[in-house]
Amino acid sequence: MMRLELVKRPQRSALFSALSPFIAFALTIIAGAILFALLGVNPLTAFRIYFIEPISQVWQLHELAIKAAPLILIAVGLSVCYKANIWNIGAEGQFIFGAIFGSAIPVLFPQFEGPLVLPLMLLLGMVGGAAYAAIPAFLKTRFNTNEILTSLMLVYVAQLFLDWLVRGPWRDPQGHGFPQTIQFGDSAVLPELMPDAGRANWGFVFALVAAVLIWILMGRMLKGFEVRVLGSSPRAGRFAGFGLSRMVFFAFLLSGALAGLAGISEVSGAIGQLQPVISPGYGFTAIIVAFLGRLNPLGIIAAGLVLALTYLGGEAVQSALGISDKVARVFQGMLLFFVLGCDTLIHYRIRLIGLALTKQEGAAKLDAAPKLKEAR
Amino acid sequence: MKKLLIALMTTTAALSLAASAEAAEKLKACWVYTGPIGDFGYSYQHDQGRLEVEKALGDKVETAYLENVSEGPDADRAFERLAREGCKLIFGTSFGFMDAEVKVAKKFPKVMFEHATGYKTGDNLGIYNARFYEGRYVLGQIAAKESKSGVAGYIVSFPIPEVVMGINSFMLGAQSINPNFKAKIVWVNSWFDPGKEADAAKALFDQGADIIVQHTDSTAALQVAEERKLHGFGQSSDMIKFAPNAQLTSLTDEWGPYYISRVQAAIDGTWKPDNVWLGIKDGAVKLAPYTNMPDDVKAMAEATEKKIAGGWNPFTGPIAKQDGSAWLKDGEVADDGTLLGMNFYVKGVDDKLPQ
Amino acid sequence: MDITVNILLTIATAATPLLIAAIGELVVERSGVLNLGVEGMMIMGAVGGFGAGYLTGSPWVGLLAAIAMGALFSLLFAVMTLSLATNQVATGLSLTLLGLGLSGMIGTGFVGQPGVRLPNLDIPGLSSIPVVGKLLFGQDPVFYISIVLTAAVMWFLFKTRTGLTLRSIGDSHASAHALGIKVIRYRYLSVIFGGACAGLAGGHLSLVYTPQWVENMTAGRGWIALALVVFASWRPWRVLAGAYIFGAVWIGQLHAQAFGIPVPSQMLSSLPYLATVVVLVLISRNKRLTMMNTPASLGQPFVPDR
Repeated sequence: MMRLELVKRPQRSALFSALSPFIAFALTIIAGAILFALLGVNPLTAFRIYFIEPISQVWQLHELAIKAAPLILIAVGLSVCYKANIWNIGAEGQFIFGAIFGSAIPVLFPQFEGPLVLPLMLLLGMVGGAAYAAIPAFLKTRFNTNEILTSLMLVYVAQLFLDWLVRGPWRDPQGHGFPQTIQFGDSAVLPELMPDAGRANWGFVFALVAAVLIWILMGRMLKGFEVRVLGSSPRAGRFAGFGLSRMVFFAFLLSGALAGLAGISEVSGAIGQLQPVISPGYGFTAIIVAFLGRLNPLGIIAAGLVLALTYLGGEAVQSALGISDKVARVFQGMLLFFVLGCDTLIHYRIRLIGLALTKQEGAAKLDAAPKLKEAR
Repeated sequence: MKKLLIALMTTTAALSLAASAEAAEKLKACWVYTGPIGDFGYSYQHDQGRLEVEKALGDKVETAYLENVSEGPDADRAFERLAREGCKLIFGTSFGFMDAEVKVAKKFPKVMFEHATGYKTGDNLGIYNARFYEGRYVLGQIAAKESKSGVAGYIVSFPIPEVVMGINSFMLGAQSINPNFKAKIVWVNSWFDPGKEADAAKALFDQGADIIVQHTDSTAALQVAEERKLHGFGQSSDMIKFAPNAQLTSLTDEWGPYYISRVQAAIDGTWKPDNVWLGIKDGAVKLAPYTNMPDDVKAMAEATEKKIAGGWNPFTGPIAKQDGSAWLKDGEVADDGTLLGMNFYVKGVDDKLPQ
Repeated sequence: MDITVNILLTIATAATPLLIAAIGELVVERSGVLNLGVEGMMIMGAVGGFGAGYLTGSPWVGLLAAIAMGALFSLLFAVMTLSLATNQVATGLSLTLLGLGLSGMIGTGFVGQPGVRLPNLDIPGLSSIPVVGKLLFGQDPVFYISIVLTAAVMWFLFKTRTGLTLRSIGDSHASAHALGIKVIRYRYLSVIFGGACAGLAGGHLSLVYTPQWVENMTAGRGWIALALVVFASWRPWRVLAGAYIFGAVWIGQLHAQAFGIPVPSQMLSSLPYLATVVVLVLISRNKRLTMMNTPASLGQPFVPDR
């Protein structure tokens, strides 16, 4: 029987910090090659279409930005929560409530037009997301209720509420009874960045700005220090005079507001109206993005783009090679596992007890083994 | 090992190159599905249509599809991708793709687009739909004949016109046999959740219904009927394998013939955007073989089917609305616009339409 | 009377997969590990169970395959989070993502095929006693497994030494390790047990509840199971109660509709989730009680120092 053992490094390894994404990527390529070969597809062709083609055409770069924007926006907010050891996993619901609040203006007051409309919508979107996030925060601080569960449950409630809204009171009266609101007026649509080149809109800029602001907040300001101290040791935080309840509210409201901003940007920029389903699970995927980016806002930008690429690549191989959507998702899952596993190398050395393999190779092999068995 | 892999890669690369050179003259037809093709329901049936095209037109055509495409920006991208990848004819199979398809169709004027169940058209964008309500009238008649309790259980997804139209047509059919026929209606808020559909079927049976009708996609409700030794109707595909003793018939979607004719037209260069609403007479709405019923009921069902195929519309007056107010005068036929936006019940439906 | 019995039977069928998956997750969380991949393990169990049953024709083989599939899949999570100390939340979510994709890939050939169904228990004489006969002696085998499982887990956690050890690991892995307890080994076994349970729950779906295979057929039940564990504040008998309350609300809203009570169906559908939030609040108001039951080191990775 062989056994893995982790040995904590005295400090995080700068080498593996930089190297681990590449190791993960290499492992994914190897596992992916086997997967594609088993399916009778030339792995080289598959990889070219999966990874290269989506970023070699301008219109696809725009699509990449569209797909990555909500993931990044939500994930940077969540990173603050998670750094503070507060577990908001209901960003999907906050996303939806942001979209609903922001859409109230173009849906209820379609005749109200002008340059004020859009800023108001975005602001309302942030308020909506933050307000919805305030519920689990309140329950946690007031009743000590587990926030993982309340925030998750509220996602389902939000989805059903949106569903009711667009099928009922907010339904377009001229829409043949179909479940959608009226199309937003011109002044309620988030403009595209370069309309001639592709569809990417200002949402991507919001995402980048938010990431940089949060990066500054976390690294350069007292609030960031407070977050980290309370996150790693609530006791130490209390001695330093930081309030845990205040922090819970701060983290939830901030991440809720960003998720809400993502929601209204998505609706106003990419969709142009409210409909029963406005997110293919961005709020949940963003959790993975936050961790792939190691809870670092700049890392999250990279992680968001990579994850967006796997979606685009999945579609590309589907239409070009007839590889099913499921294979793309399995491939995506493998990538996530490899990335998460390889990041272990930053903090730990890995030893194999029982077999005389060298450390990293051994770890990598053992890591790969169960997945390949599954994939077959 | 490494060498083997490289050898493998190069041979397959050569093969795929050869294949793509050959494909140049084929017409590429593409589909976008909202669900997984493994749902054995709506998207599955569309994909069956695609496979029929491949079978019928052989090497004159090349097909591709994108499944599980959600409505919104993903749909925009899906259509744009297919248009850029050389698809000449693209079918969007879900209502929610309408605006995405309209946008992309404007951008690619040389590509032909078709959209199912929507209402917006364009210079290179046609629409198609199927009159499922025609089949539901027949189901209503069978239910009224076969039910002992005089109550059917009706499992529905969402209150959109398509579904409301179906309930109304079913009730008109049932009332033509038994004026006091009732249907209990349960909204499960999902097109697809086998467990919930099974639970809904059990609840309806427990409350006295003895026949199940569904406007959801899974076979779960019929399986419950099979277990309870009661009856029901299939949906989207023929589900007889799942309920050999319970299925009376199934209301199936047959997109194949339509897809073949459209792809053929595209190959011939005669394709024009159209607005078609196909029914029983076009073979797009089909009732699976009548089973588990006496011959006279079967004969009645076949006669009604024939009558509808001959052009008779189940929504022919006199028909009153649920509140008793008049809707259609004697002999008056509902126009398609009203049907496509239907948001009211006819008389005798025992439910309040969720608004 | 008949209708009451039928409703109770329906509730039992709806509650069984939730109960089994939640009991498994309860043991995992009691050992201090948070596995958010229940949905993924469950769907793998469903496809494995259906496939094995369909190919061999035996629902019992199917049930065993479902358990094995869930356990095997959870091993992946165990290697990641326990041996490689990855973040449990992210790994669990990734596991769900992978499970949904993988099951769809494996199940491609099973779509549209009628599977096999586990027969209900039928004890001559006993099963035909009016009212109680069907409830006690006429249900599907997995129902009985779920009840026995709950009792066994209750006994194991609170009446055995090993159970005590397991709980102590969940409360403080550092102290447990200091006492010489093999934390990682315990956690491996817990995670695999949780996976086996989730697999069994999935098998119940594809072999009893709705004997068929379709993609995404778990439809969010894994998430509800996760909710139940916290809803029950990590107490097995409360998980049982919770699963049945959940089942009752679920079935109740369908009956209310069939009865013609005009409530927006979305509101009815959101009732179970709101109910969970309310109960969570009620339970967690008592701080001392929650503290006593909550595994204090839940979700924190543990790496034994040497």
